Amino acid sequence: MTALLEPGRYFADGNFAITEGALVGGCRFFAGYPITPSSEVLERMSERLPKLGGHFIEMEDEIGSMAAIIGASNAGAKSMTATSGPGFSLMQENIGLGIITETPTVVLDEMRAGPSTGIPTRVGQGDVMQTRYGSHGDLAPITYAPNSVQESFDITIEAFNSAEKYRQPVIIASDQVVGHLSEVLEVKPLEEYDVVQRMMRKHDDEKGVFSYTEDYVPMFVAGTGFRGNVDSLTHDERGYPSNEASVEKEMLEHLLGKVKKNEEKIVKYEEFLVEDAEVTVVAYGITSRAAKQAVRIARKKGLKVGLFRPITLWPFPQRRIEEIAGHTREFIVPEINYGQYSHPIREYSRSETREIHFPPGAIPDYGVILKEIEGAFK
Amino acid sequence: MTTEEFHPKHALIRDERFPNVWCPGCGLGILLQSYLNAVEKSGIPLDQQVLVSGIGCTARLPGYAKFDSYHTTHGRAIPFATGMKIANPELKVTVVSGDGDLFNIGGNHFIHAARRNMDLVVICSNNFNYGMTGGQHGSTTPLTSRSASTPYGNVEPTFNLPYLASALGASYVSRWTVMHPRQLAKSIRMAMETKGFAFIEVLSPCPPNFGKFNGFGDGFEEMEFYRSKSTVQNDARLEDVSIDPFHGKPVVLGDFVNRKRPSYIMLENELVRKAMGVKK
Repeated sequence: MTALLEPGRYFADGNFAITEGALVGGCRFFAGYPITPSSEVLERMSERLPKLGGHFIEMEDEIGSMAAIIGASNAGAKSMTATSGPGFSLMQENIGLGIITETPTVVLDEMRAGPSTGIPTRVGQGDVMQTRYGSHGDLAPITYAPNSVQESFDITIEAFNSAEKYRQPVIIASDQVVGHLSEVLEVKPLEEYDVVQRMMRKHDDEKGVFSYTEDYVPMFVAGTGFRGNVDSLTHDERGYPSNEASVEKEMLEHLLGKVKKNEEKIVKYEEFLVEDAEVTVVAYGITSRAAKQAVRIARKKGLKVGLFRPITLWPFPQRRIEEIAGHTREFIVPEINYGQYSHPIREYSRSETREIHFPPGAIPDYGVILKEIEGAFK
Repeated sequence: MTTEEFHPKHALIRDERFPNVWCPGCGLGILLQSYLNAVEKSGIPLDQQVLVSGIGCTARLPGYAKFDSYHTTHGRAIPFATGMKIANPELKVTVVSGDGDLFNIGGNHFIHAARRNMDLVVICSNNFNYGMTGGQHGSTTPLTSRSASTPYGNVEPTFNLPYLASALGASYVSRWTVMHPRQLAKSIRMAMETKGFAFIEVLSPCPPNFGKFNGFGDGFEEMEFYRSKSTVQNDARLEDVSIDPFHGKPVVLGDFVNRKRPSYIMLENELVRKAMGVKK
């Protein structure tokens, strides 16, 4: 295969879908370090990218991988890395570098059981808060959590688009099961995919490197004659470092504001029988598929329960959760961790929120969720 | 304003950012000047010149030069530059950072970039300590010398940087001091002409920290001490060039290595051409 995927139906796993989705999204540079369960992405990239005239490098660690993809993006290439928990931890500092330098790039964190090395081959969802708060300082991350092979493909294209539109690293928080399960993937003709092209600054643009009054200005790319400074220090619109709290305020409010102001455009979710639900289950990634089964069975038993599935974990779907809280008396949040996403659900719904803690290492059992739903109606 | 009021290197520096952050007696101004001289002599279009740095005093240098410049995270300038160079091989990417940045926190990246013979110019300003954080010791602090974190003298042996770079296969390796600005500029120009990994170690004073802790009155006195101990020996046995001037050892300088080896970019571009099915 020397080109992008031909339109058609494929039987493929999530790692295949993410790799091919990235290529459709314009990814032409990949730097990574092997780690279970995402290694297949790295391996497939090493085969596919050179054929497309792109570049692949296996770095010495995940710190270097993250630095390399930010460097490559600043040299004009749409870039990506793929990892899992331990590698994602190592990437945190340079994710912050991507945020402060407003560099588009995509990071796949395929979650496995933790902490530390945990169970490399088995599923977990313990990195959800790390995708929100993992890097130090204030940030407004964009995180997608696909729950199928099809969505892994589609959401990766969208992740590349969001990275360009909002000029920052975008995270795909998939999980080991979604990465490794095989199911049908439908690929449309390429022209039907909306792919945001990299906008480049004109070399004679009088404005500074950044703008704190506009949500978006095209980035300058090295070697095009702009001759600007890009800095990890707090910087003004010229890109020059500053120790002033007033500059920090201006910069930070721009970095946070560009996501906040576009929240309605970025936030994605799927709903199943939520409209009249007295109890709403909130679940993402592989857990959402077990949750859907539980909701289906509960409905057959006459229980008014629905499923809200955030596709963007961050920004948090605040408006919709507040609306649902208007008619739902209780939320149930099953996760493959000991309670992470349940916290913002409780915070924004201001409603009774039950947590279901699935221990990392196994696929969630829908029966456990069903029992909790029944409990909520007793 | 008349033209005489401009800095002689006006076209190559960001005047509006001066005065710089460096201390009186620091050698980094000389390194900047040497780099700019090399850029002028190299004939490489200015728009292709890119400077990348990590964190520290030296890492502030790119911010003063009027090129595309990237001030990244501590220790990560080399992998950042690696990504840039691979994504656009037309760029002439120079990493300039301190000894602490490149060899303590960033040591792993240095050894791998040198092993890959990655097409980068890497200039290490070595002042034997962490300057910006107040003069703590690191992997380049000479044995027995004092620092903010070795009040009883340093007990750790140092890296021998030219030996390390050469052993890893770097195409070009040299060492100079900021008391040798002409040789240094020439060395940087040679590094820019190199295919593959080019490494330059530059000894530079740190008057308020390493200098003060070790009894030097000012930056000049510290540099004069190294200069008086220095000897230029291009064919030196690199095993023997570790820095230990406090125990009578000469400081060996020179253009040590200048060899032709296949570079990463050469090999990778060939791989991509083959994979794309392009005939030579």
